[in-house]
Amino acid sequence: MSPSDFSTPTAVEISAAVRSGERSAASVVDDAIAAIEHREGELHAYNLVMTDQARAAAAAVDAAVAAGNDPGPLAGVPVALKDNMCTKGVATTCSSKILQGWEPPYDATITNLLHAAGAVVVGKTNLDEFAMGSSTENSAFGATRNPHDVTRVPGGSSGGSAATVGAGAVPLSFGSDTGGSIRQPASLCGVVGVKPTYGMVSRYGLVAFASSLDQIGPFATTVADAALALEVIAGHDPLDSTSIPQAMPSLRSVLGEGVNGLRIGIIGELSGDPAHNSVEGIAVDVQGRASAAAEALEAAGATVELTSIPSVVFGLAAYYLIAPAEASSNLARYDGVRYGMRVDGPNALAMNAASRTAGFGDEVKRRIMLGTYALSSGYYDAYYGQAQRVRTLMINEFAERYQDFDLLLTPTSPTTAFEIDAKTADPMTMYVNDVCTIPSNLTGHPAISVPFGNGDDGLPIGVQIMAPMMGEQTMFRAAAVLEEAANK
Amino acid sequence: MSNESITGSVDESITGSVDEAATGTVIDGWEIVIGLEVHVELNTATKLFCGCRNSFGDEPNTNICPTCLGLPGSLPVLNAQAVESAMLLGRALNCTVNSSVFARKNYFYPDQPKDYQVSQYDLPTNTDGWIDLTGFGRVAIERAHIEEDAGKLNHGGGDGRIHGAEYSMADYNRAGVPLVEVVSHPDMRSAEQAKAYVTELRSIVLALDVSDAKMEEGSMRVDANVSVRPVGSDELRTRCEVKNINSLRSLERAIDYEARRHVDLYNAGERPIQSTRHWDEEAGRTRDGRSKEDADDYRYFPEPDLVPLVVTADDIARIDAALPVLPDARRRALADVAGATEDEITLVVERGLDRLVLDAISEGADAKRAVIHAVNNLAEGAGKLTPGPFAALIGMETASDLSATQAKEVLAELVSAGGGPREVATAKGFEAMDSGELESILDGIIAESPDEWQRFCDGDDKDRKKMSGMFTGQIMKATRGQANGAAVARLLNSRASRN
Repeated sequence: MSPSDFSTPTAVEISAAVRSGERSAASVVDDAIAAIEHREGELHAYNLVMTDQARAAAAAVDAAVAAGNDPGPLAGVPVALKDNMCTKGVATTCSSKILQGWEPPYDATITNLLHAAGAVVVGKTNLDEFAMGSSTENSAFGATRNPHDVTRVPGGSSGGSAATVGAGAVPLSFGSDTGGSIRQPASLCGVVGVKPTYGMVSRYGLVAFASSLDQIGPFATTVADAALALEVIAGHDPLDSTSIPQAMPSLRSVLGEGVNGLRIGIIGELSGDPAHNSVEGIAVDVQGRASAAAEALEAAGATVELTSIPSVVFGLAAYYLIAPAEASSNLARYDGVRYGMRVDGPNALAMNAASRTAGFGDEVKRRIMLGTYALSSGYYDAYYGQAQRVRTLMINEFAERYQDFDLLLTPTSPTTAFEIDAKTADPMTMYVNDVCTIPSNLTGHPAISVPFGNGDDGLPIGVQIMAPMMGEQTMFRAAAVLEEAANK
Repeated sequence: MSNESITGSVDESITGSVDEAATGTVIDGWEIVIGLEVHVELNTATKLFCGCRNSFGDEPNTNICPTCLGLPGSLPVLNAQAVESAMLLGRALNCTVNSSVFARKNYFYPDQPKDYQVSQYDLPTNTDGWIDLTGFGRVAIERAHIEEDAGKLNHGGGDGRIHGAEYSMADYNRAGVPLVEVVSHPDMRSAEQAKAYVTELRSIVLALDVSDAKMEEGSMRVDANVSVRPVGSDELRTRCEVKNINSLRSLERAIDYEARRHVDLYNAGERPIQSTRHWDEEAGRTRDGRSKEDADDYRYFPEPDLVPLVVTADDIARIDAALPVLPDARRRALADVAGATEDEITLVVERGLDRLVLDAISEGADAKRAVIHAVNNLAEGAGKLTPGPFAALIGMETASDLSATQAKEVLAELVSAGGGPREVATAKGFEAMDSGELESILDGIIAESPDEWQRFCDGDDKDRKKMSGMFTGQIMKATRGQANGAAVARLLNSRASRN
């Protein structure tokens, strides 16, 4: 069965229909739940489908419409949340055994914003445990499959959110992106995925992996839906000290403005071409689609030029020190004392160790060890300190490049979706998946992955547009141009 | 080899002499080197990173929320008032106030909800200050940084101590309460000096009203880093950090004990091991805690959930303008005008009565009497007493319009109800007795005791003094204490000379 068996309306369409009374939220949500259940057996996109809560929320939306009130810009739109975002009274597992039995006593800011906009949360989606991975195979509850080919991975770590939108079950879902965890699965599942500017979307209630890199963003089937979703979830949150005290500028209003006159750079180091000192491993068909995207932008009036950001080749190494370092501290609280799994021991420290040994999976343990080592006395400067210097260097180099370019263009993922288990034996081959996406997390800049055709295997390929800090408007203009070109 | 066995042998063998030197305590040719880490719990309304109440003694786990429980997904938001209080304390300690960065100090302990403590590390808010101590010189302060407190464990079963406890219950009411940790340089050389330092720091904290600073409730906690070295040396030898010090008396005893222990180890050809030790008040000794041989590695790194705390010149100007006059300056101001002892002056400033006393003096009150009243009769504070009536009361006293006993009674009334001393004295029937009335009372007493009167008039100094006391007592009895002592003395002397 192909993903297109369900032809799902977009969020923009659903919201308009529900607000005008043309469709009931209840029927929309019933369709979404049926679509989810139709493929859940083979995809395993969800840790929890919230059928009852979703129907109750839909009824409330319909009641508001009946009462003449506007339920909001996402009225009746079924959405899925990555299972690392807190939902009050509903299990939030991070796909880890260590959080077994824990129900947050509070809603994440994104959960509140979605409710306030009239969206209906239909479920919590599967992820790599604590968002550590690029295939959604590191889940304590089993792997998620790619909706386009269930022998393949959906990418990760937000694989469940990407797969359910890619399957056409819901028009919108939300993920978190620490090193590419929205954009890479978006690319592999053939959907739009956005990592906004760091600080544009509140992290309050997002279970932390690496605090200085984590950012929430949407998955959507169209660029317009992604723009609508981002407008709803962005904005200053006093509960998040790293939240930018500014409103997100309107995105939907600029989608038709085109790219005429924009200067767009192609990062040679991520082009796949050894002549431009590129990192290795970027597949030829992926390179081809990135080139085609460049041509499409040029055809729409942009000037496209090759450029160089030498430090991006160190991004992977810096990331795999900074992210585990922060994770080793962020994940210390899972100690068996207050919530989640507890395995008893003769004293508190032994209980902590036994609980963590039983509760965490291998990849999480690997990164906690990596990060603990990187921060250790005597190694701090050589590892964590050096990685931070690379990060600063990269920020400076990007800032310099953005003097000459409005946007930068790269592939999103080096390859199309790979086979289940193909890369689980060697963590390094898995880590290389993030090579094109990591720089935006290290710099804090926004980036978007837009589907742009298929690979030699017929599977989706996405291209990535990167923008400077708060450059979402320009980024979305280019994304809309690529979307139109891809659909021609 | 365990530390316990070393300390065990030392306990039995405390010998040798202790010499108090002006510069410090010397034990068998060794001097003590002390640095103090004082944790001051700020008295902000809410905690450092969330809106929960900052309150001592509430029911366990009632002042908690996702943030101070460190629940997954929660984030800290810095309490601006805590930062103001910390900067105020920093300036009062003569520190440089800097832009700062919060850092995570990582270690596992069940009282710590996130298993890391948000503190400050290489870029603390306050650095390089000092405290001047009366009679004990200047102690340099390395830093005074902001950090969050941990929760509290209550150990159940066993003997109530953590070792041997069958279970522990965690109370997170205190988790996230703001602290300023004031770290001194190892500048102190005696337990008395350490006590003077803590006393002065406490009086500064109280004057700023940034903390309750109650050692017994833990809102001011002192850890002492103690080592010894041969007199004349400037080396810093292995130190032990003594914790669980709950009073000034414990501080002195703990330092003296620990220094003695080090000296005895060196004298026995051994050396102390760098470690954390716990003061056992009942046993009067320190006990081995964690060894620092496998030193804790706290893996400090910048707290990514908070942004750097930027301090501007305007902030510092605002803080400086808000600084009250500090105890040291207040004591000097009082000492300049009042001929009182150091202890009296310290007490008056500690009670916050120095302003009242100084103002009364400037309104003409006798300085010594004003200080004496503040020391003896105003232990509970000045209440409704203001400088004008205070000065007027002292004036009546020095003019012999009121006896000391009467003045004390009037003062109590002024404290509790306010008003003017003359009106209060009148209401109490304390008008100065006229001399004719006193004379006739004295005539009656002389008539009843002619022999005693003769002995008063003709006796030697000893007799005269004894008889004077007797006659004064009888006059006081006859007037029910209303007579003015000075007036009675004058009357007795003038009548005796006429005899």
